[in-house]
Amino acid sequence: MRRTFSVLVENHPGVLARVASLFSRRGYNIDSLAVSRTDDPSVSRMTIVVEGDEGVLEQVAKQLRKLIDVIKVQDVTAEEHVERELALIKVSADAAARAEIMQIVEIFRAHIVDIGRRTLIIEITGDEKKIDAFEEAMRPFGIRELVRTGKIALLRGSRTTTASEREE
Amino acid sequence: MGKEKGKEALTGGEILVRCLKEEGVETVFGYPGGAILPVYDALYDADIKHILTRHEQGAAHAADGYARATGRPGVCMATSGPGATNLVTGIATAAMDSVPLVAFTGQVPTAMIGRDAFQEADITGITMPVTKHNFLVKDVRRLAQTVKEAFHIATTGRPGPVLVDLPRDVTAAKTAYEEPGPVKLRGYRPPREGNPAQVKKAAALIAGAERPVIYAGGGVISSGAAEELRQLAETLMAPVTTTLMGLGAFPGDHPLWLGMLGMHGTKYANYAVSACDLLIAIGARFDDRVTGKVESFAPEAKVIHIDIDAAEIGKNVRVDVPIVGDVKAVLRQLLEILQANPNPAWQEKVAQLKKEYPLEYKENGLKPQAVVRAIYEVTRGKARITTEVGQNQMWTAQYFTFTRPRTFISSGGLGTMGFGFPAAIGVQVACPDELVFDIAGDGSIQMNIQELATAVNYELPVNVAILNNGYLGMVRQWQELFYERRYAYTELLNPDFVKLAEAYGAEGILVEKPEEIKPALEQAIASPKPVFIDFHIDREENVMPMVPPGEPIHKMLG
Repeated sequence: MRRTFSVLVENHPGVLARVASLFSRRGYNIDSLAVSRTDDPSVSRMTIVVEGDEGVLEQVAKQLRKLIDVIKVQDVTAEEHVERELALIKVSADAAARAEIMQIVEIFRAHIVDIGRRTLIIEITGDEKKIDAFEEAMRPFGIRELVRTGKIALLRGSRTTTASEREE
Repeated sequence: MGKEKGKEALTGGEILVRCLKEEGVETVFGYPGGAILPVYDALYDADIKHILTRHEQGAAHAADGYARATGRPGVCMATSGPGATNLVTGIATAAMDSVPLVAFTGQVPTAMIGRDAFQEADITGITMPVTKHNFLVKDVRRLAQTVKEAFHIATTGRPGPVLVDLPRDVTAAKTAYEEPGPVKLRGYRPPREGNPAQVKKAAALIAGAERPVIYAGGGVISSGAAEELRQLAETLMAPVTTTLMGLGAFPGDHPLWLGMLGMHGTKYANYAVSACDLLIAIGARFDDRVTGKVESFAPEAKVIHIDIDAAEIGKNVRVDVPIVGDVKAVLRQLLEILQANPNPAWQEKVAQLKKEYPLEYKENGLKPQAVVRAIYEVTRGKARITTEVGQNQMWTAQYFTFTRPRTFISSGGLGTMGFGFPAAIGVQVACPDELVFDIAGDGSIQMNIQELATAVNYELPVNVAILNNGYLGMVRQWQELFYERRYAYTELLNPDFVKLAEAYGAEGILVEKPEEIKPALEQAIASPKPVFIDFHIDREENVMPMVPPGEPIHKMLG
């Protein structure tokens, strides 16, 4: 089972280390992790995708909540939410292949952000499956390098995960 | 660090000392060194007692013992680098047993951090997994607030150790002292009362139970709920077993007392738990030493689990009614709505189990169990007992009758050999008018034996009963039972403990015969000095009963 946790933390040095240390010490697997500050500069948001059985996932949330620097933990998987990931992919693209690549880029509504003599860098955003599919589509051309941001997510509608709200 | 008008400028060290006074700290256990000198300089004229141990590990365990005996936070202090790393075992010990401990460490000056400076260690990084929280103070103006937060975190909710790392320039810098404000930690809201709906559900389960057992842990002691526990047991006429950490939470001379459960628990406690239809777990965490094979633990029981730490619920076993809250508050809520539910048939069954499977040993030669019983009898059960780890600890847990909380002090979770003696020093400092015994093994006592100098130095009349069998006894027992008596590196060539004690200026007594036990104990108690009593016990005596590792707890040896 996979879950996406939206975790608000104090924007202090060492917070990432505390979270990472917790995961490694208790043997939890992080699928992806994205961290940045929020609109409130004293708060950072971590979006953590975790793989595990129900018991493990429940423990992940509870153990995260025990960290003093963790303000709020929300399992967004259970709620209506929007999730996105961004990838940059550098593919081999000689003259013969370019047209076909550009066509695929078009279909996926991706963007070409750099053109080299033998390569292209393509930027794509979407959910994980879309990016996986695009990666597969690019593979025959030769992927030189690939970087993914890890998933970020927000709840749909007016619901929010904010620091001020009391934890349920 | 500008000077502000009208306010007195203090060094960081002086601010720390003032904060310690504000927190009501009377005693600090520590060991000075270069990076923490500004703090020691401030301590020099302070109205705070400082106990200089002979090793930083001793300071951490002594502060831990002090905290366990009093319920107040223990404070220890060390310099940077090796001073700080020497505290780590003590901090981890306190973390596993939820002891409120605040550790202050010196650190190299902020500008040197990360440059592998002399005696630099990343102690906040190192202690991250073994503290409840830790801080690195980088600005003297943050110091007072940080110290307040550290004590708040250590002592509230589920207690635990907090470390505050103090770079030398921060404690040396001068600034105007500002009273710290109220603690505001938005990520930290320890629970108090339990959810009333859950309490009601628990009461309903209890009302329907025919064979209830109360399984209590150290949480009862840390929340000061021994009285509520007794009331609960008496209302339900339900038998009570505790974990090692829970010893003293329920009177050991009470008719409802089952003794400890688990690997070296009483047979009747383990049988009662295995047969019960309702297990009321209170401030306990279903540790593997308690549950044995976890799938077979209390197989017929519904489980109510009361704990202040939500993460303990469902961590090791499935629970029917979880209640997250402070044990004392939740028990009060429960007691308000509970009806008596005596279940005479179950009481009779438990009484029969107790009669059929008593805790017993063969009285030939000098037996460790007899030594423990004698300590109980000679002190009339009034002593504070610490233990080391291994056979000495289990015999104490089995054969000493603990009747009051905070009188049994032992490293349960981490199982730290070398804990008992420095902890006893901390206990004696906290309770100067009480009798303190460390029940030790010949292996464990040598792990912090240097603290004899501390005990002599501060005239702390701690008594150490060394159950000396010339082995790392518990390991030898496992080798005997599970490794075909291949005693790999468990036999000890020991010093003469009597002479050793005397060399330190303490007293030493050798005991080789059963009839010498009580006179030796009386002599030790009468002595104003720390005393080592070297009991040459039956070398291959085992701790029984025993649940072999991985087995269900009703399958016991012995």
